[in-house]
Amino acid sequence: MTAVPVTEGPLRRLGLALADGWTVARRDLIHWANQPMTVVFGVLFPVMITLAFGYLFGGAVDVPAGADYFAFLMPGMYGMTMLFGLGSTMVAVATDASRGVTDRFRSLPMAPSAVLVGRAVADLLHSVLVLAGMLACGLAVGWRPATLSGALGAAGLLLLLRFALLWAGIYLGLVTRDPGAVTAVQTLEFPIGFLSNAFVAPSTMPGWLGAVAEWNPLSSTVAAARELFGNPGWGGDSWIARNAVPMAVVWPLVITAVFFVLAVRRHQRLDR
Amino acid sequence: MHRLSAIVARGLRRTYGGTTALDGIDLDVRPGTVRGLLGPNGAGKTTAVRILTTLLRPTGGRAEVAGFDVVTHPRQVRRSIGLVGQHAAVDEQLTGRQNLELFGRLSRLGAKAARARAAELLERVGLDHAGPVSAYSGGMRRRLDLAAGLILAPSVLFLDEPTTGLDPRSRADLWRAVRELAAGGTTVLLTTQYLEEADQLADRITVVDAGRVVAEGTPGELKARLGGERLVVVVRDAERLAQAAAIVGRATSAAPEVDQDTRRVSAGVGTEGVRVLTAALTALSEAGIEAEDVTLRRPTLDEVFLDLTGGDAR
Repeated sequence: MTAVPVTEGPLRRLGLALADGWTVARRDLIHWANQPMTVVFGVLFPVMITLAFGYLFGGAVDVPAGADYFAFLMPGMYGMTMLFGLGSTMVAVATDASRGVTDRFRSLPMAPSAVLVGRAVADLLHSVLVLAGMLACGLAVGWRPATLSGALGAAGLLLLLRFALLWAGIYLGLVTRDPGAVTAVQTLEFPIGFLSNAFVAPSTMPGWLGAVAEWNPLSSTVAAARELFGNPGWGGDSWIARNAVPMAVVWPLVITAVFFVLAVRRHQRLDR
Repeated sequence: MHRLSAIVARGLRRTYGGTTALDGIDLDVRPGTVRGLLGPNGAGKTTAVRILTTLLRPTGGRAEVAGFDVVTHPRQVRRSIGLVGQHAAVDEQLTGRQNLELFGRLSRLGAKAARARAAELLERVGLDHAGPVSAYSGGMRRRLDLAAGLILAPSVLFLDEPTTGLDPRSRADLWRAVRELAAGGTTVLLTTQYLEEADQLADRITVVDAGRVVAEGTPGELKARLGGERLVVVVRDAERLAQAAAIVGRATSAAPEVDQDTRRVSAGVGTEGVRVLTAALTALSEAGIEAEDVTLRRPTLDEVFLDLTGGDAR
Protein backbone atom coordinates (compact mmCIF):
# COMPACT_ATOMS: atom_id res chain seq x y z
CA MET A 1 0.00 0.00 0.00
CA THR A 2 1.29 3.42 -0.91
CA ALA A 3 0.11 6.76 0.38
CA VAL A 4 1.02 8.76 -2.72
CA PRO A 5 -2.13 10.53 -3.95
CA VAL A 6 -3.03 10.21 -7.62
CA THR A 7 -3.05 13.65 -9.24
CA GLU A 8 -5.21 14.65 -12.20
CA GLY A 9 -5.09 17.82 -14.29
CA PRO A 10 -7.98 20.29 -13.88
CA LEU A 11 -9.27 19.72 -17.43
CA ARG A 12 -9.26 15.95 -17.04
CA ARG A 13 -11.03 16.33 -13.72
CA LEU A 14 -13.70 18.54 -15.28
CA GLY A 15 -14.20 16.02 -18.07
CA LEU A 16 -14.54 13.16 -15.59
CA ALA A 17 -16.91 15.21 -13.42
CA LEU A 18 -19.15 15.95 -16.42
CA ALA A 19 -19.10 12.28 -17.42
CA ASP A 20 -20.09 11.33 -13.86
CA GLY A 21 -22.90 13.92 -13.95
CA TRP A 22 -24.21 12.45 -17.18
CA THR A 23 -24.04 8.93 -15.72
CA VAL A 24 -26.20 10.07 -12.78
CA ALA A 25 -28.64 11.85 -15.13
CA ARG A 26 -28.78 8.75 -17.32
CA ARG A 27 -30.14 6.86 -14.34
CA ASP A 28 -33.36 8.88 -14.63
CA LEU A 29 -33.56 8.17 -18.35
CA ILE A 30 -33.36 4.45 -17.52
CA HIS A 31 -36.18 4.97 -14.98
CA TRP A 32 -38.30 6.39 -17.80
CA ALA A 33 -37.54 3.44 -20.03
CA ASN A 34 -38.28 0.99 -17.18
CA GLN A 35 -41.52 2.72 -16.14
CA PRO A 36 -42.84 4.55 -19.21
CA MET A 37 -46.29 4.91 -17.64
CA THR A 38 -44.84 7.16 -14.92
CA VAL A 39 -43.61 9.53 -17.63
CA VAL A 40 -46.94 9.36 -19.45
CA PHE A 41 -48.86 10.24 -16.27
CA GLY A 42 -46.34 12.99 -15.54
CA VAL A 43 -47.39 14.59 -18.84
CA LEU A 44 -51.09 13.74 -18.49
CA PHE A 45 -51.47 15.31 -15.04
CA PRO A 46 -51.00 18.97 -16.13
CA VAL A 47 -52.94 18.22 -19.33
CA MET A 48 -55.93 17.05 -17.27
CA ILE A 49 -55.75 20.10 -15.03
CA THR A 50 -55.59 22.31 -18.13
CA LEU A 51 -58.69 20.69 -19.60
CA ALA A 52 -60.52 20.92 -16.27
CA PHE A 53 -59.73 24.62 -15.88
CA GLY A 54 -60.36 25.45 -19.52
CA TYR A 55 -63.66 23.67 -19.97
CA LEU A 56 -65.10 23.73 -16.43
CA PHE A 57 -64.07 27.14 -15.06
CA GLY A 58 -63.21 28.91 -18.33
CA GLY A 59 -66.76 30.05 -18.93
CA ALA A 60 -66.85 31.85 -15.59
CA VAL A 61 -63.72 33.95 -16.16
CA ASP A 62 -64.11 37.36 -17.79
CA VAL A 63 -61.75 37.69 -20.73
CA PRO A 64 -61.52 40.68 -23.08
CA ALA A 65 -64.09 40.53 -25.87
CA GLY A 66 -63.26 38.17 -28.71
CA ALA A 67 -60.52 36.32 -26.82
CA ASP A 68 -60.64 32.66 -25.88
CA TYR A 69 -59.87 31.68 -22.25
CA PHE A 70 -57.40 29.02 -23.44
CA ALA A 71 -55.29 31.80 -24.98
CA PHE A 72 -54.87 33.18 -21.42
CA LEU A 73 -54.80 29.86 -19.65
CA MET A 74 -52.16 27.98 -21.65
CA PRO A 75 -49.14 30.19 -20.82
CA GLY A 76 -50.34 30.12 -17.20
CA MET A 77 -50.46 26.34 -17.24
CA TYR A 78 -47.01 26.17 -18.82
CA GLY A 79 -45.77 28.21 -15.87
CA MET A 80 -47.67 25.99 -13.41
CA THR A 81 -46.03 22.93 -14.95
CA MET A 82 -42.62 24.42 -14.22
CA LEU A 83 -43.75 25.10 -10.64
CA PHE A 84 -44.88 21.46 -10.22
CA GLY A 85 -41.27 20.49 -11.00
CA LEU A 86 -40.22 21.82 -7.59
CA GLY A 87 -41.99 18.94 -5.87
CA SER A 88 -40.64 16.27 -8.20
CA THR A 89 -37.04 17.44 -7.74
CA MET A 90 -37.54 17.44 -3.98
CA VAL A 91 -39.01 13.91 -3.99
CA ALA A 92 -36.10 12.56 -6.03
CA VAL A 93 -33.45 14.17 -3.82
CA ALA A 94 -35.15 13.26 -0.53
CA THR A 95 -35.74 9.66 -1.64
CA ASP A 96 -32.07 9.15 -2.52
CA ALA A 97 -30.99 10.73 0.76
CA SER A 98 -33.37 8.70 2.93
CA ARG A 99 -32.64 5.37 1.20
CA GLY A 100 -28.87 5.71 1.53
CA VAL A 101 -28.33 6.07 -2.23
CA THR A 102 -26.77 9.51 -1.72
CA ASP A 103 -24.36 7.99 0.81
CA ARG A 104 -23.57 5.19 -1.63
CA PHE A 105 -22.67 7.83 -4.26
CA ARG A 106 -20.58 9.72 -1.73
CA SER A 107 -18.63 6.58 -0.86
CA LEU A 108 -17.65 6.08 -4.52
CA PRO A 109 -14.55 7.67 -6.09
CA MET A 110 -16.75 9.82 -8.37
CA ALA A 111 -16.92 13.62 -8.62
CA PRO A 112 -19.09 14.79 -5.68
CA SER A 113 -20.70 17.43 -7.94
CA ALA A 114 -22.16 14.69 -10.17
CA VAL A 115 -25.01 14.02 -7.75
CA LEU A 116 -26.32 17.59 -8.20
CA VAL A 117 -25.37 17.98 -11.87
CA GLY A 118 -27.07 14.68 -12.70
CA ARG A 119 -30.24 15.67 -10.88
CA ALA A 120 -30.30 19.07 -12.63
CA VAL A 121 -29.79 17.62 -16.12
CA ALA A 122 -32.34 14.83 -15.62
CA ASP A 123 -35.02 17.16 -14.23
CA LEU A 124 -34.49 19.72 -16.98
CA LEU A 125 -34.82 17.00 -19.62
CA HIS A 126 -37.99 15.80 -17.91
CA SER A 127 -39.39 19.33 -17.91
CA VAL A 128 -38.60 19.72 -21.62
CA LEU A 129 -40.59 16.55 -22.19
CA VAL A 130 -43.55 17.67 -20.07
CA LEU A 131 -43.51 21.16 -21.61
CA ALA A 132 -43.55 19.60 -25.09
CA GLY A 133 -46.58 17.54 -24.05
CA MET A 134 -48.29 20.66 -22.71
CA LEU A 135 -47.56 22.65 -25.87
CA ALA A 136 -49.11 19.82 -27.92
CA CYS A 137 -52.12 19.94 -25.59
CA GLY A 138 -52.33 23.71 -26.12
CA LEU A 139 -52.27 23.33 -29.88
CA ALA A 140 -54.99 20.68 -29.61
CA VAL A 141 -57.36 23.02 -27.71
CA GLY A 142 -56.82 25.88 -30.15
CA TRP A 143 -54.03 27.86 -28.47
CA ARG A 144 -51.59 29.32 -31.00
CA PRO A 145 -48.24 31.10 -30.65
CA ALA A 146 -47.74 34.05 -33.01
CA THR A 147 -44.15 33.42 -34.11
CA LEU A 148 -41.72 30.55 -33.82
CA SER A 149 -38.93 32.77 -32.47
CA GLY A 150 -41.27 34.19 -29.84
CA ALA A 151 -42.38 30.67 -28.91
CA LEU A 152 -38.77 29.54 -28.48
CA GLY A 153 -38.02 32.59 -26.35
CA ALA A 154 -41.08 31.91 -24.17
CA ALA A 155 -40.11 28.24 -23.79
CA GLY A 156 -36.61 29.35 -22.82
CA LEU A 157 -37.97 31.66 -20.09
CA LEU A 158 -40.24 28.89 -18.78
CA LEU A 159 -37.31 26.47 -18.56
CA LEU A 160 -35.20 29.17 -16.92
CA LEU A 161 -37.78 29.32 -14.12
CA ARG A 162 -37.69 25.53 -13.89
CA PHE A 163 -33.90 25.67 -13.66
CA ALA A 164 -34.16 28.12 -10.75
CA LEU A 165 -36.77 26.01 -8.93
CA LEU A 166 -34.56 22.96 -9.42
CA TRP A 167 -32.00 24.31 -6.97
CA ALA A 168 -34.73 25.19 -4.50
CA GLY A 169 -35.99 21.61 -4.81
CA ILE A 170 -32.49 20.15 -4.34
CA TYR A 171 -31.88 22.32 -1.29
CA LEU A 172 -35.24 21.50 0.33
CA GLY A 173 -34.80 17.78 -0.46
CA LEU A 174 -31.37 17.73 1.16
CA VAL A 175 -32.60 19.61 4.21
CA THR A 176 -35.68 17.47 4.86
CA ARG A 177 -34.23 14.13 3.67
CA ASP A 178 -37.79 12.88 3.96
CA PRO A 179 -39.96 12.12 0.91
CA GLY A 180 -43.01 12.51 3.15
CA ALA A 181 -42.19 16.16 3.85
CA VAL A 182 -42.53 16.88 0.14
CA THR A 183 -46.30 16.61 0.44
CA ALA A 184 -46.22 19.87 2.40
CA VAL A 185 -44.40 21.66 -0.42
CA GLN A 186 -46.61 20.08 -3.07
CA THR A 187 -49.68 21.25 -1.17
CA LEU A 188 -48.31 24.78 -1.43
CA GLU A 189 -47.78 24.59 -5.19
CA PHE A 190 -51.43 25.24 -6.05
CA PRO A 191 -51.89 28.23 -3.71
CA ILE A 192 -48.66 29.73 -5.09
CA GLY A 193 -50.00 29.14 -8.58
CA PHE A 194 -53.41 30.64 -7.79
CA LEU A 195 -51.74 33.65 -6.20
CA SER A 196 -50.39 34.69 -9.59
CA ASN A 197 -51.66 35.84 -12.97
CA ALA A 198 -51.68 32.24 -14.28
CA PHE A 199 -55.45 31.72 -14.03
CA VAL A 200 -57.09 35.09 -13.44
CA ALA A 201 -56.15 38.78 -13.66
CA PRO A 202 -54.55 40.07 -10.43
CA SER A 203 -56.70 43.19 -10.86
CA THR A 204 -59.74 41.08 -9.90
CA MET A 205 -58.15 40.26 -6.51
CA PRO A 206 -58.34 42.46 -3.38
CA GLY A 207 -55.76 45.27 -3.71
CA TRP A 208 -52.89 43.96 -1.55
CA LEU A 209 -53.40 40.37 -2.72
CA GLY A 210 -53.29 41.51 -6.32
CA ALA A 211 -49.96 43.23 -5.64
CA VAL A 212 -48.55 40.05 -4.08
CA ALA A 213 -49.78 38.08 -7.12
CA GLU A 214 -48.13 40.54 -9.50
CA TRP A 215 -44.79 40.26 -7.66
CA ASN A 216 -44.99 36.47 -7.65
CA PRO A 217 -42.02 35.35 -9.83
CA LEU A 218 -44.39 32.94 -11.58
CA SER A 219 -46.45 35.95 -12.76
CA SER A 220 -43.45 37.55 -14.44
CA THR A 221 -42.61 34.34 -16.31
CA VAL A 222 -46.24 33.78 -17.33
CA ALA A 223 -46.76 37.40 -18.42
CA ALA A 224 -43.49 37.30 -20.38
CA ALA A 225 -44.52 34.01 -21.99
CA ARG A 226 -47.88 35.54 -23.01
CA GLU A 227 -46.04 38.49 -24.50
CA LEU A 228 -43.54 36.36 -26.45
CA PHE A 229 -46.14 33.80 -27.57
CA GLY A 230 -48.19 36.77 -28.84
CA ASN A 231 -51.12 35.75 -26.62
CA PRO A 232 -53.39 38.26 -24.91
CA GLY A 233 -52.32 39.34 -21.41
CA TRP A 234 -54.22 40.78 -18.44
CA GLY A 235 -52.51 44.15 -18.90
CA GLY A 236 -51.82 46.10 -15.71
CA ASP A 237 -50.15 49.46 -15.13
CA SER A 238 -47.77 48.49 -12.34
CA TRP A 239 -44.02 48.57 -12.90
CA ILE A 240 -43.73 44.83 -12.37
CA ALA A 241 -46.48 44.10 -14.92
CA ARG A 242 -44.90 46.41 -17.50
CA ASN A 243 -41.45 44.81 -17.10
CA ALA A 244 -42.50 41.16 -17.38
CA VAL A 245 -39.80 40.00 -19.82
CA PRO A 246 -36.76 41.42 -18.00
CA MET A 247 -38.22 40.30 -14.66
CA ALA A 248 -38.77 36.79 -16.08
CA VAL A 249 -34.96 36.72 -16.39
CA VAL A 250 -34.14 38.53 -13.13
CA TRP A 251 -36.41 36.49 -10.82
CA PRO A 252 -35.03 33.06 -11.84
CA LEU A 253 -31.47 34.39 -11.64
CA VAL A 254 -32.10 35.66 -8.11
CA ILE A 255 -33.69 32.36 -7.06
CA THR A 256 -30.83 30.43 -8.65
CA ALA A 257 -28.21 32.62 -7.00
CA VAL A 258 -29.71 31.99 -3.57
CA PHE A 259 -30.64 28.32 -3.81
CA PHE A 260 -27.70 27.16 -5.93
CA VAL A 261 -25.35 28.38 -3.22
CA LEU A 262 -27.51 26.90 -0.44
CA ALA A 263 -27.88 23.54 -2.24
CA VAL A 264 -24.17 23.21 -3.04
CA ARG A 265 -23.16 24.19 0.50
CA ARG A 266 -25.66 21.76 1.97
CA HIS A 267 -24.38 18.99 -0.29
CA GLN A 268 -20.74 19.72 0.52
CA ARG A 269 -21.53 19.74 4.22
CA LEU A 270 -23.29 16.40 4.34
CA ASP A 271 -20.13 15.18 6.09
CA ARG A 272 -20.38 17.78 8.87
CA MET B 1 0.67 5.07 12.70
CA HIS B 2 0.88 1.40 11.93
CA ARG B 3 1.82 0.88 8.28
CA LEU B 4 0.78 -2.75 8.57
CA SER B 5 -2.83 -1.96 9.40
CA ALA B 6 -5.67 -1.77 6.88
CA ILE B 7 -7.68 0.38 9.30
CA VAL B 8 -6.15 2.60 11.96
CA ALA B 9 -8.00 4.96 14.27
CA ARG B 10 -6.54 7.04 17.06
CA GLY B 11 -8.75 8.83 19.54
CA LEU B 12 -11.58 9.10 17.03
CA ARG B 13 -14.25 11.46 18.33
CA ARG B 14 -17.52 12.71 16.99
CA THR B 15 -20.05 14.99 18.63
CA TYR B 16 -23.41 16.15 17.31
CA GLY B 17 -24.26 19.41 18.99
CA GLY B 18 -24.05 18.48 22.66
CA THR B 19 -24.21 14.70 22.24
CA THR B 20 -21.09 12.60 22.00
CA ALA B 21 -21.50 9.69 19.59
CA LEU B 22 -17.85 8.61 19.59
CA ASP B 23 -15.72 9.34 22.61
CA GLY B 24 -12.18 8.53 21.48
CA ILE B 25 -11.91 5.18 19.72
CA ASP B 26 -8.68 3.38 18.81
CA LEU B 27 -8.62 0.64 16.20
CA ASP B 28 -5.91 -1.39 14.49
CA VAL B 29 -7.18 -3.88 11.95
CA ARG B 30 -4.62 -6.02 10.19
CA PRO B 31 -5.07 -6.59 6.44
CA GLY B 32 -7.02 -9.68 5.46
CA THR B 33 -8.73 -10.09 8.82
CA VAL B 34 -12.36 -9.70 9.87
CA ARG B 35 -12.99 -7.28 12.72
CA GLY B 36 -16.31 -7.27 14.52
CA LEU B 37 -17.48 -4.00 16.03
CA LEU B 38 -19.97 -5.22 18.61
CA GLY B 39 -22.29 -3.01 20.58
CA PRO B 40 -25.89 -2.06 21.35
CA ASN B 41 -27.92 0.54 19.48
CA GLY B 42 -26.44 3.98 19.94
CA ALA B 43 -22.99 2.67 20.88
CA GLY B 44 -21.40 4.63 18.03
CA LYS B 45 -20.84 1.76 15.59
CA THR B 46 -22.50 3.43 12.62
CA THR B 47 -20.81 6.75 13.39
CA ALA B 48 -17.43 4.98 13.32
CA VAL B 49 -18.23 3.34 9.96
CA ARG B 50 -19.43 6.65 8.50
CA ILE B 51 -16.18 8.34 9.51
CA LEU B 52 -14.00 5.52 8.20
CA THR B 53 -15.86 5.53 4.86
CA THR B 54 -15.40 9.35 4.49
CA LEU B 55 -19.15 10.08 4.82
CA LEU B 56 -18.70 11.99 8.06
CA ARG B 57 -15.86 14.10 9.43
CA PRO B 58 -14.53 13.29 12.87
CA THR B 59 -14.57 16.15 15.38
CA GLY B 60 -11.37 14.78 16.90
CA GLY B 61 -8.69 12.16 16.41
CA ARG B 62 -7.63 10.70 13.09
CA ALA B 63 -8.08 7.63 10.97
CA GLU B 64 -6.41 5.93 8.03
CA VAL B 65 -7.98 3.37 5.76
CA ALA B 66 -5.85 1.43 3.26
CA GLY B 67 -2.99 3.76 4.10
CA PHE B 68 -4.84 7.03 3.40
CA ASP B 69 -6.11 9.63 5.83
CA VAL B 70 -9.92 9.71 5.67
CA VAL B 71 -10.09 13.49 6.08
CA THR B 72 -7.22 14.68 3.87
CA HIS B 73 -7.38 11.98 1.15
CA PRO B 74 -11.03 10.90 0.95
CA ARG B 75 -10.87 10.14 -2.78
CA GLN B 76 -8.01 7.69 -2.35
CA VAL B 77 -9.86 6.05 0.52
CA ARG B 78 -12.99 5.72 -1.65
CA ARG B 79 -10.97 3.93 -4.33
CA SER B 80 -10.00 1.26 -1.80
CA ILE B 81 -13.22 0.63 0.08
CA GLY B 82 -16.64 -0.91 -0.32
CA LEU B 83 -19.59 0.02 1.88
CA VAL B 84 -22.66 -2.02 2.66
CA GLY B 85 -24.83 0.10 4.92
CA GLN B 86 -27.86 -0.59 7.07
CA HIS B 87 -30.31 0.23 4.30
CA ALA B 88 -30.11 -1.57 1.01
CA ALA B 89 -28.78 1.54 -0.74
CA VAL B 90 -29.90 0.63 -4.22
CA ASP B 91 -32.18 2.28 -6.76
CA GLU B 92 -35.64 0.67 -6.59
CA GLN B 93 -36.58 1.68 -10.09
CA LEU B 94 -33.62 -0.01 -11.74
CA THR B 95 -32.89 -3.69 -12.20
CA GLY B 96 -30.06 -5.24 -10.24
CA ARG B 97 -27.87 -5.18 -13.33
CA GLN B 98 -28.65 -1.51 -14.02
CA ASN B 99 -27.80 -0.66 -10.41
CA LEU B 100 -24.43 -2.37 -10.54
CA GLU B 101 -23.61 -0.86 -13.94
CA LEU B 102 -24.45 2.59 -12.58
CA PHE B 103 -22.21 2.18 -9.54
CA GLY B 104 -19.49 0.63 -11.72
CA ARG B 105 -19.50 3.58 -14.10
CA LEU B 106 -19.42 5.99 -11.18
CA SER B 107 -16.46 4.05 -9.81
CA ARG B 108 -14.83 5.03 -13.12
CA LEU B 109 -14.59 1.50 -14.47
CA GLY B 110 -15.70 2.57 -17.94
CA ALA B 111 -18.92 1.38 -19.61
CA LYS B 112 -17.60 -1.94 -20.88
CA ALA B 113 -15.79 -2.96 -17.70
CA ALA B 114 -18.80 -1.83 -15.61
CA ARG B 115 -21.06 -4.12 -17.64
CA ALA B 116 -18.71 -7.07 -17.27
CA ARG B 117 -18.25 -6.47 -13.54
CA ALA B 118 -22.03 -6.19 -13.03
CA ALA B 119 -22.62 -9.51 -14.77
CA GLU B 120 -19.87 -11.19 -12.77
CA LEU B 121 -21.13 -9.91 -9.42
CA LEU B 122 -24.79 -10.70 -10.17
CA GLU B 123 -23.85 -14.28 -10.87
CA ARG B 124 -21.76 -14.40 -7.72
CA VAL B 125 -24.65 -13.27 -5.50
CA GLY B 126 -27.18 -15.39 -7.39
CA LEU B 127 -29.21 -12.52 -8.83
CA ASP B 128 -28.37 -12.92 -12.51
CA HIS B 129 -31.96 -13.73 -13.43
CA ALA B 130 -33.72 -11.32 -11.10
CA GLY B 131 -35.84 -8.44 -12.43
CA PRO B 132 -36.50 -4.94 -11.06
CA VAL B 133 -35.32 -4.27 -7.51
CA SER B 134 -38.83 -3.19 -6.45
CA ALA B 135 -39.82 -6.88 -6.65
CA TYR B 136 -36.82 -8.11 -4.60
CA SER B 137 -37.15 -9.71 -1.18
CA GLY B 138 -35.20 -8.24 1.75
CA GLY B 139 -32.50 -10.88 1.38
CA MET B 140 -32.11 -10.24 -2.34
CA ARG B 141 -31.80 -6.51 -1.75
CA ARG B 142 -29.07 -7.10 0.79
CA ARG B 143 -27.21 -9.37 -1.63
CA LEU B 144 -27.43 -6.71 -4.32
CA ASP B 145 -26.21 -4.15 -1.81
CA LEU B 146 -23.26 -6.40 -1.00
CA ALA B 147 -22.51 -6.77 -4.71
CA ALA B 148 -22.60 -2.97 -5.04
CA GLY B 149 -20.04 -2.76 -2.23
CA LEU B 150 -17.77 -5.15 -4.10
CA ILE B 151 -17.72 -3.33 -7.45
CA LEU B 152 -14.15 -2.12 -7.07
CA ALA B 153 -12.90 -5.37 -5.52
CA PRO B 154 -12.14 -3.28 -2.42
CA SER B 155 -9.22 -4.09 -0.18
CA VAL B 156 -11.29 -2.94 2.81
CA LEU B 157 -15.01 -3.73 3.06
CA PHE B 158 -17.31 -2.11 5.62
CA LEU B 159 -20.53 -3.90 6.57
CA ASP B 160 -22.85 -1.96 8.85
CA GLU B 161 -25.23 -4.41 10.56
CA PRO B 162 -25.43 -6.48 7.39
CA THR B 163 -27.85 -9.12 8.69
CA THR B 164 -30.30 -6.97 10.66
CA GLY B 165 -33.80 -7.96 9.59
CA LEU B 166 -32.70 -10.91 7.47
CA ASP B 167 -34.22 -14.37 7.70
CA PRO B 168 -31.87 -17.15 8.92
CA ARG B 169 -31.18 -18.47 5.44
CA SER B 170 -30.26 -15.08 3.98
CA ARG B 171 -28.11 -14.48 7.03
CA ALA B 172 -26.26 -17.75 6.47
CA ASP B 173 -25.73 -16.78 2.81
CA LEU B 174 -24.25 -13.47 3.85
CA TRP B 175 -22.01 -15.06 6.44
CA ARG B 176 -20.68 -17.42 3.77
CA ALA B 177 -20.01 -14.48 1.45
CA VAL B 178 -18.07 -12.65 4.19
CA ARG B 179 -15.96 -15.73 4.90
CA GLU B 180 -15.15 -16.12 1.20
CA LEU B 181 -14.11 -12.49 0.95
CA ALA B 182 -11.90 -12.75 4.00
CA ALA B 183 -10.35 -15.93 2.63
CA GLY B 184 -9.60 -13.98 -0.56
CA GLY B 185 -7.63 -11.39 1.42
CA THR B 186 -10.24 -8.64 1.86
CA THR B 187 -10.12 -6.80 5.17
CA VAL B 188 -13.63 -6.67 6.61
CA LEU B 189 -14.98 -4.46 9.34
CA LEU B 190 -18.49 -5.41 10.32
CA THR B 191 -20.72 -3.93 12.96
CA THR B 192 -23.29 -6.06 14.67
CA GLN B 193 -25.53 -6.23 17.70
CA TYR B 194 -25.33 -10.00 17.69
CA LEU B 195 -22.65 -11.74 19.71
CA GLU B 196 -23.18 -14.89 17.68
CA GLU B 197 -22.51 -13.07 14.45
CA ALA B 198 -19.28 -11.55 15.70
CA ASP B 199 -18.33 -14.95 17.11
CA GLN B 200 -18.99 -16.67 13.77
CA LEU B 201 -17.21 -14.21 11.52
CA ALA B 202 -14.68 -12.07 13.32
CA ASP B 203 -11.01 -12.80 13.94
CA ARG B 204 -11.08 -10.13 16.60
CA ILE B 205 -13.97 -8.32 18.26
CA THR B 206 -13.99 -4.74 19.49
CA VAL B 207 -16.81 -4.16 21.95
CA VAL B 208 -18.06 -0.58 22.02
CA ASP B 209 -20.47 1.05 24.41
CA ALA B 210 -21.49 4.70 24.69
CA GLY B 211 -18.83 5.72 22.16
CA ARG B 212 -15.91 3.98 23.87
CA VAL B 213 -14.07 0.71 23.39
CA VAL B 214 -14.85 -1.42 26.45
CA ALA B 215 -13.08 -4.62 25.38
CA GLU B 216 -11.12 -6.09 22.54
CA GLY B 217 -9.94 -9.60 21.80
CA THR B 218 -10.55 -12.79 19.90
CA PRO B 219 -13.98 -14.35 20.37
CA GLY B 220 -12.32 -17.02 22.52
CA GLU B 221 -10.67 -14.43 24.77
CA LEU B 222 -13.91 -12.53 25.27
CA LYS B 223 -15.85 -15.71 25.99
CA ALA B 224 -13.27 -16.83 28.47
CA ARG B 225 -13.79 -13.55 30.31
CA LEU B 226 -17.48 -14.36 30.54
CA GLY B 227 -17.10 -17.94 31.68
CA GLY B 228 -18.58 -19.37 28.50
CA GLU B 229 -21.76 -21.42 28.24
CA ARG B 230 -23.79 -23.12 30.97
CA LEU B 231 -25.52 -26.48 30.90
CA VAL B 232 -28.93 -26.37 32.58
CA VAL B 233 -30.87 -29.56 33.39
CA VAL B 234 -34.39 -29.64 34.89
CA VAL B 235 -35.04 -33.03 36.54
CA ARG B 236 -38.58 -34.47 36.60
CA ASP B 237 -38.26 -36.23 39.96
CA ALA B 238 -37.10 -33.92 42.79
CA GLU B 239 -35.77 -36.87 44.80
CA ARG B 240 -33.13 -37.62 42.18
CA LEU B 241 -31.83 -34.04 42.08
CA ALA B 242 -28.71 -34.79 44.16
CA GLN B 243 -27.83 -37.74 41.97
CA ALA B 244 -28.34 -35.61 38.83
CA ALA B 245 -26.12 -32.89 40.31
CA ALA B 246 -23.34 -35.40 40.82
CA ILE B 247 -23.59 -36.60 37.21
CA VAL B 248 -23.60 -33.06 35.84
CA GLY B 249 -20.65 -32.23 38.07
CA ARG B 250 -18.64 -35.16 36.71
CA ALA B 251 -19.50 -34.33 33.06
CA THR B 252 -18.63 -30.66 33.36
CA SER B 253 -15.77 -31.00 35.85
CA ALA B 254 -17.32 -27.99 37.60
CA ALA B 255 -19.23 -27.53 40.83
CA PRO B 256 -22.92 -27.47 39.83
CA GLU B 257 -25.48 -25.06 41.23
CA VAL B 258 -28.64 -26.76 42.46
CA ASP B 259 -32.03 -25.09 42.85
CA GLN B 260 -34.46 -27.31 44.79
CA ASP B 261 -37.62 -25.34 44.01
CA THR B 262 -37.28 -25.49 40.24
CA ARG B 263 -35.47 -28.91 40.28
CA ARG B 264 -32.69 -27.26 38.30
CA VAL B 265 -29.02 -28.21 38.06
CA SER B 266 -26.61 -25.92 36.20
CA ALA B 267 -22.88 -25.74 35.60
CA GLY B 268 -20.41 -23.90 33.38
CA VAL B 269 -19.15 -25.93 30.41
CA GLY B 270 -16.32 -23.72 29.13
CA THR B 271 -15.97 -24.05 25.37
CA GLU B 272 -16.80 -27.74 25.29
CA GLY B 273 -20.57 -27.31 25.36
CA VAL B 274 -21.79 -29.95 22.95
CA ARG B 275 -19.38 -32.68 24.08
CA VAL B 276 -20.28 -32.09 27.72
CA LEU B 277 -23.99 -31.99 26.94
CA THR B 278 -23.83 -35.35 25.18
CA ALA B 279 -21.83 -36.93 27.99
CA ALA B 280 -24.19 -35.59 30.66
CA LEU B 281 -27.31 -36.77 28.82
CA THR B 282 -25.87 -40.24 28.28
CA ALA B 283 -24.94 -40.54 31.95
CA LEU B 284 -28.37 -39.30 33.11
CA SER B 285 -30.14 -41.73 30.83
CA GLU B 286 -27.93 -44.64 32.00
CA ALA B 287 -28.80 -43.77 35.60
CA GLY B 288 -32.49 -43.76 34.68
CA ILE B 289 -32.96 -40.08 35.53
CA GLU B 290 -35.60 -38.37 33.43
CA ALA B 291 -34.83 -34.81 32.35
CA GLU B 292 -37.74 -32.45 31.78
CA ASP B 293 -35.65 -29.87 30.00
CA VAL B 294 -32.02 -29.60 28.93
CA THR B 295 -30.48 -26.39 27.58
CA LEU B 296 -27.05 -25.18 26.69
CA ARG B 297 -27.28 -21.48 27.40
CA ARG B 298 -24.92 -18.99 25.82
CA PRO B 299 -24.30 -15.69 27.56
CA THR B 300 -26.66 -13.11 26.07
CA LEU B 301 -25.47 -9.79 24.72
CA ASP B 302 -26.99 -8.13 27.77
CA GLU B 303 -24.79 -10.28 29.98
CA VAL B 304 -21.73 -9.41 27.88
CA PHE B 305 -22.38 -5.74 28.40
CA LEU B 306 -23.29 -6.02 32.01
CA ASP B 307 -20.01 -7.80 32.48
CA LEU B 308 -17.85 -5.57 30.28
CA THR B 309 -19.27 -2.31 31.56
CA GLY B 310 -18.84 -3.38 35.17
CA GLY B 311 -22.46 -4.23 35.78
CA ASP B 312 -23.76 -0.70 35.16
CA ALA B 313 -27.49 -0.69 34.68
CA ARG B 314 -28.35 0.40 31.19
